[in-house]
Amino acid sequence: MASRIAQALKGAALLDFGKAFGLSLKYIAKPKATVNYPFERSPRSPRFRGEHALRRYENGEERCIACKLCEAICPSQCIIIEAEPREDGSRRTTRYDIDMTKCIYCGLCQEACPVDAIVEGPNMEFTVETREELFYDKERLLANGERWEPIIAKNLEADARYR
Amino acid sequence: MSSQAVTPARSGSVLTGLLIAAGVLSLVLLLGVAVFFVFSSIPEAFWNSPAGWVAVTTGQILAFVVVLLLSLAFLLYADRKIWAAMALRRGPNVVGPFGLLQSFADGLKVFLKETIIPSASNRGLFLLAPVITFTLALIGWAVIPFGPGWVVSDLNVGILYLFAVSSLGVYGIIMGGWASNSKYAFLGSLRSAAQMVSYEVSIGFVIITVILLAGTMNLSGIVENQRGWFWDWHVFGGGLAGLPLMLVMVPMAVIFFVSFLAETNRPPFDLPEAESELVAGYAVEYGSTPYLLFQIGEYANIVLMCCLYTILFFGGWHPGFPTGAENWPPILASMFGFGVFAIKTVFVFFLVSIAKAIVPRYRYDQLMRLGWKVFLPTSLVAVIAMAAYRVFGPEIA
Repeated sequence: MASRIAQALKGAALLDFGKAFGLSLKYIAKPKATVNYPFERSPRSPRFRGEHALRRYENGEERCIACKLCEAICPSQCIIIEAEPREDGSRRTTRYDIDMTKCIYCGLCQEACPVDAIVEGPNMEFTVETREELFYDKERLLANGERWEPIIAKNLEADARYR
Repeated sequence: MSSQAVTPARSGSVLTGLLIAAGVLSLVLLLGVAVFFVFSSIPEAFWNSPAGWVAVTTGQILAFVVVLLLSLAFLLYADRKIWAAMALRRGPNVVGPFGLLQSFADGLKVFLKETIIPSASNRGLFLLAPVITFTLALIGWAVIPFGPGWVVSDLNVGILYLFAVSSLGVYGIIMGGWASNSKYAFLGSLRSAAQMVSYEVSIGFVIITVILLAGTMNLSGIVENQRGWFWDWHVFGGGLAGLPLMLVMVPMAVIFFVSFLAETNRPPFDLPEAESELVAGYAVEYGSTPYLLFQIGEYANIVLMCCLYTILFFGGWHPGFPTGAENWPPILASMFGFGVFAIKTVFVFFLVSIAKAIVPRYRYDQLMRLGWKVFLPTSLVAVIAMAAYRVFGPEIA
């Protein structure tokens, strides 16, 4: 009973409110915890699994040799590859599609690739306005590779000794 | 781009906030001065002709509404910014410098949406409800004195008028909830209305104590009664002779503050819209401009209550020490008074928005208990005590 009366008196005197008020004033002056996202970014691991990219060798030749290991290992079966021998006799893909709406970004395609051709790059900002734009073809993937190659190469190098 | 270092967060945000507040205040002051100059240069004869009176009053109201809505936009921004600062967030900071234009961007966005009217709703009432809320929120401002002589209508029962208008505000909510023909909207409006009605009772009693203390129902008169030092403010019993009345008036000030939070559905009493638990309560079926009207009406009511709190308890435009402002040229005195009033009101608004950040939301039964079992008896006893003091106690100057 006595404690209830004490509590009621404390409530009536707004002690809790005053204390919280002081605390909140202290917090107003503190630096913000938020990362100001589009203008600032938090660091990203070199192992980050983002948007896919197909890489080329330094001489401009595609790395992909159409072994279809990525297609085989893909758990969501979102990769479709068709291949034909090229005029110079080398085996290359004629079609390399990734359905980005199916992809679960597990990174197994990258693990399976014997020539580091298909990789998941650092990019995670590839929103589009229609569903169809998320059906990536070979051209789009190669363009991604050209766009992100500097960072992808650096990330692969940083991670190489753990593989 | 992938692994940029995090830029350390800057800590100068308090200074920025103060600068923003100062900027907004000066903007509002400038607009007020401009309005005053326009209306003080109108010749007396034009004022006294019926057509002239209508024209001048209409102009006054228009100018006033524009200034009010502008300052509401910035107060809404300040509200969000303060809440964000308390949670160590940044708040709106993209639209315009420091995000100052955020409210306008939001308003434009909501305004450009399609107005959806539910097919089973009562179309007329559905559209009328937000208009009623908005209108009632605005007409209450007619009797608020912002500075010596700066009042649209110096009604001799101003405080009764204000009380009546704020009670009518329940109609907009009930109508909106009923006309939506949705059980959720209707339940929301019932809860909202019950809450507003409960707390209006104790607000009424608190206002009666102030009327008893001031001896007038005219808001300008109530402010004039608090001229002089800060101990002349009503919260300290209205003068050294009435200092014992502090025992009554300080609790009354607290009760009024908490009650107007509940009355305007502000956190911690925002049960009807409790954004972490339910959707917008009585406004579930609303979107676009009608919803905007509800929201603006709500905010106008909150700021109106902040103004009323300043006027009733904290001396209105009197800064709390003798300034001799009554001997200044009227325009200077009015501007000074308005500045003091604006600062006090913004501070009360700051308290309101800080309450949102630091107090957890009340449960419905706790809300009703607080209103009916704590505030109502306390304010009733206070009214009796104040009346007894005025009848049997010493004369208060």
